[in-house]
Amino acid sequence: MKFAIVSFPGSNGDYDAWHAIADQLGETAVYVWHKDHDLAGADVVILPGGFSYGDYLRAGAIARFSPIMREVAAHAQRGGPVIAICNGFQVACEAGLLPGALLRNASLRFVGDTIRVRVESTDTMFTNRYERGQILRLPIAHGDGRFTADEATLDRLEQNGQVVLRYVDAHGDANPDANPNGSMHAIAGVISERGNVLGLMPHPERAAEALVGSGDGLALFESVLAHVHA
Amino acid sequence: MTRFRVAVHIVPRRGLLDPQGKAVADALHALGFPQIADVRVGRHVVLETDAADRAAAESSVRAMCGKLLANPVTEDFEIASVEGA
Repeated sequence: MKFAIVSFPGSNGDYDAWHAIADQLGETAVYVWHKDHDLAGADVVILPGGFSYGDYLRAGAIARFSPIMREVAAHAQRGGPVIAICNGFQVACEAGLLPGALLRNASLRFVGDTIRVRVESTDTMFTNRYERGQILRLPIAHGDGRFTADEATLDRLEQNGQVVLRYVDAHGDANPDANPNGSMHAIAGVISERGNVLGLMPHPERAAEALVGSGDGLALFESVLAHVHA
Repeated sequence: MTRFRVAVHIVPRRGLLDPQGKAVADALHALGFPQIADVRVGRHVVLETDAADRAAAESSVRAMCGKLLANPVTEDFEIASVEGA
């Protein structure tokens, strides 16, 4: 299976994603440049972390107009899987592939840490290899990760089971102290209404092997693999 | 075509947490300005644009705000001024 990893000027998670896919998952990874006009025939698109265009104006606001985003939107429109990580999540929200927006952390501080998230739903193409309620340890590294949406949108996300990951403490409780950025409803990851676009602030690609502190992220990519092969 | 200078205010939507505004408000209180009830920190964008007239300049900048300059999910904008450049 082929994963296309989009590199924007300022992306810094693209090689981490490549490593997770090629070396840990054992599948084909290719880079596509933001000015490219095709996705190299990939089955899955990864929008990686970083600081595309220096976060000018708003995080993700400029990258969303890169030529490749037309192809990413068309891929998503066809039902193709898109994994939007950190800055990729911000780009996906700006592009309207996902609802809501990611604003400055409530603390006003950049947070680089390993946090816990709870898997809220396992009947998605990104989480079918996890257990419902499973707690994952994943790294985060962001200054603008506070998921924000209006009440109607939050209600819809909750009712449709589109909230896939939520920040929790070691006991699995979503208390405010365990929420690293002040996200509404402690949302760490959401999927699109159709279920084929995932946006998340934590970095599963940086937690794909125990050697680096956590291997909890690998099953996310294995889930997509299982889904596409099914 | 005439050149116009259009200024736009973009601010976080009222009701949404604005941690920058809150930090500034807290600092102002600490500096002895207890009368400050609320602060919102946004952006001020100045564009020079060619247009047939002022109304056209303003409406094109409104369209730009809707597409790029403001995030419709979290921000409000207002045209602060339109002047001949």
